[in-house]
Amino acid sequence: MTEPLLQLRNLRVTFPGPRGPVQVVHGVSFDLGRERLGIVGESGSGKSLTGRSLLRLLKHPAKVETDRLIFDGIDLNALSEKQMRNIRGARISMVMQDPKFSLNPVMTIGTQIAEALRVHENLPRTEVKTRVRAMLDQVRIDDPDRVMKLYPHEVSGGMGQRVMIAMMLIPQPDVLIADEPTSALDVSVQAQVLDLIDTMIVGNGMALILISHDLELVARYCDRVLVMHRGRVVEELEAGQLHAATHPYTKGLLAAVPRMDETRKVLPVMDRDMEYDQ
Amino acid sequence: MTPALSIDHLFVRYGRTDVVKDVSFSAKPGESYALVGESGSGKSTILRSVVGMVRDWRGKIEVDGMPRQGRIDLAFARHCQMIFQDPYASLHPRRTVDATLLEPLKVHGIRDRAERVVQMMQDVGLDPRFRFRFPHQLSGGQRQRVAIARALMLEPRLLLLDEPTSALDVSVQAEILNLLVRIREERNLTYVLVTHSLPVVSFLCDRLGVLRHGRLVEEAGVSALRTGTFAEPYSQELYDASLGAGDRDLAALQEATRGMGM
Amino acid sequence: MTPLKLWLTADAPTSRWQAQAAQAYAIWRSFARNPLAVLGALIVGTLIVVAIFAPVLAPYTPVGQNLSMRLMPPSAEHWLGTDELGRDILSRILYGARITLLIVVMVAVISAPIGLIIGAVAGYFGGWTDRVLMAITDVFLSLPKLIMALAFVAALGAGLQNAIIAIAITAWPAYARIARAETLTFRNSEFIAAVQLQGASHLRVIGVHVLPLCMSSTIIRVTLDMAGIILTAAGLGFLGLGAQPPLPEWGAMISRGRSFILDQWWVATMPGFAIIIVSLGFCFLGDGLRDVLDPRQRDGR
Repeated sequence: MTEPLLQLRNLRVTFPGPRGPVQVVHGVSFDLGRERLGIVGESGSGKSLTGRSLLRLLKHPAKVETDRLIFDGIDLNALSEKQMRNIRGARISMVMQDPKFSLNPVMTIGTQIAEALRVHENLPRTEVKTRVRAMLDQVRIDDPDRVMKLYPHEVSGGMGQRVMIAMMLIPQPDVLIADEPTSALDVSVQAQVLDLIDTMIVGNGMALILISHDLELVARYCDRVLVMHRGRVVEELEAGQLHAATHPYTKGLLAAVPRMDETRKVLPVMDRDMEYDQ
Repeated sequence: MTPALSIDHLFVRYGRTDVVKDVSFSAKPGESYALVGESGSGKSTILRSVVGMVRDWRGKIEVDGMPRQGRIDLAFARHCQMIFQDPYASLHPRRTVDATLLEPLKVHGIRDRAERVVQMMQDVGLDPRFRFRFPHQLSGGQRQRVAIARALMLEPRLLLLDEPTSALDVSVQAEILNLLVRIREERNLTYVLVTHSLPVVSFLCDRLGVLRHGRLVEEAGVSALRTGTFAEPYSQELYDASLGAGDRDLAALQEATRGMGM
Repeated sequence: MTPLKLWLTADAPTSRWQAQAAQAYAIWRSFARNPLAVLGALIVGTLIVVAIFAPVLAPYTPVGQNLSMRLMPPSAEHWLGTDELGRDILSRILYGARITLLIVVMVAVISAPIGLIIGAVAGYFGGWTDRVLMAITDVFLSLPKLIMALAFVAALGAGLQNAIIAIAITAWPAYARIARAETLTFRNSEFIAAVQLQGASHLRVIGVHVLPLCMSSTIIRVTLDMAGIILTAAGLGFLGLGAQPPLPEWGAMISRGRSFILDQWWVATMPGFAIIIVSLGFCFLGDGLRDVLDPRQRDGR
């Protein structure tokens, strides 16, 4: 058995509050191989903080501590900010929720994707252009030459998110962290984007961390699901074993979703103040 | 019976193009009607035209038999209120819950204000302890309860709901949906709901209209939604895309996951 | 934790008053984290205390002439020396704080509300109202402040009162611009739409809902402008168009000390220090307030 690609042990995140520090992530640990891992939780569960901590993206006043954060044999905790920048994007990259805020509005799409490549690799201009075109092709953008010349506001949300994915994947990273990559998109586009991420991940033998509030969506696109609640992982499930969830929180989450053939008069709700044991 | 809301050949212009084209529908008193569609289908624009937030419309809008003009007068405010999508944007950031709920009472010169505020907070399931909190001290669900309470302060008959739960967590959404069902029963309200989420419609509504690119492509009862039998191909397409997000049954889900080759 | 602190950080305030106090406490906490801002607040506080207690603090009267003690250098008797009429400079500066504070407060009280209302009305209604109001604002903005103040004082006649009016007339356009920009950011927001939907009149929407939101950025701007106002007032005083002798206005004091600047440097320099320190104080305070009051920076918390 080889070492896992990414090893996280006992992640704790603390913010200062008016009545002293408040801990929002209480010791999250997991191993990630070349697989698709889902992290599910509601707002405030610490799922996004966990994703960002992996890239050391949390800044002051957040305090992040880990017992162990090892990626491909590299101790990320020991790296300087400059070395960390070489990891971000090139080896581990991240797709955020809304492409509107993640793309630079005054740069054409082609330039931005090329920029993502140039930062990490030194390539001749023509080579860059071919790679960008190939990448846009891969994310199923029909007319790459036209799209490369467009500005972000000229494309739809789904196309924007595909551009983001192209930008994140062009340096060929090992891990892609996707934080609610489709919540800003229409249902019909959501499936396309997730299918695309899925194909790219499986095709390139990468690892995926998909962060979302939607348990069933995550189950559909991942091999393994971590359910987070109030800064803790309350349950770990094989994606196919959703119905076998034993934790009351996971069960509550599954039951609270209205169904298309809804006949219930009242949806079951959870006791929000419940503290679950691990 | 006069419809609670009747819309007849409505066109709404935005810039140089019509974003709503020839839409007609009506909601009976006590009915819960849903307008569904993807972004850009014009569904929110219709609600905004009803309340006068969008001015450039042609056609006929009648609320309880009264044709709508541009202005919002006190009588209209007492008859029809709206609940917005984003509870973070719909509450004034510098006003406490108390001040927000008092505002409609002050505008309409209604008495016994403090009692009414406390009573309303209890009615929508807000702990009266939160009365003097600012919006940033509330969770998303609590904020949406405040917004609902604010809309109910004037005891309206017609409630327009613009994606009332899409900014909320799943478990919070369930609470708010339950609340909306309960207050409709208790107060015999008419709902006109705009949403992209078909399962929400299934839970909350009696009838729905499907919008696409500003046109109403189909009207159907909620039974068509529950069984997935729409007449129009676009409605069916929307239905199929929504399946799985919230409602695939677990066996089918398992199937799907296995099928993807793990 | 003390009971007071618990009360101030309570997560469920029991009265409107406690909610406001808790809000103020939170603002104070983040303000206190910025040492420069606290220094600025201290300077401004000192200015106010000095202005109120000038008669108690000043060792001499500000207008008492003593020609035998003309142009004395700083000493134990006259800490900051005396001027060409033998008046104690320290006493004059202490009394001068009253004039400075008067100018600053009056200018703020006159110009900030005018600017706020014009800006909020323009931003809220948009369209022609906006175009007309902003055109007027821009005309005022396009002229240099001091020159315009000079023109007004020349027309109205020299004197402290007219100087205040002149400065106020030149100060409001900036606040109108800020209030308008601020109003535009939330004019179409849902919380404003919600109040309109309740049938509130435009007057009520602007007065109760829009203006309070423009307030903090205006307070910040006014505080930052205070330094400029003091300097303009001093400039007018220096040119003999502001406070008239024997009033101990700092700018006028510098102007008179000019003739002796080489041999009796303290006559002009001491009031100069006063102007610099107070102006800096307002700048620091304004910067600090920007950090804690600016909604864009508070949202993240």
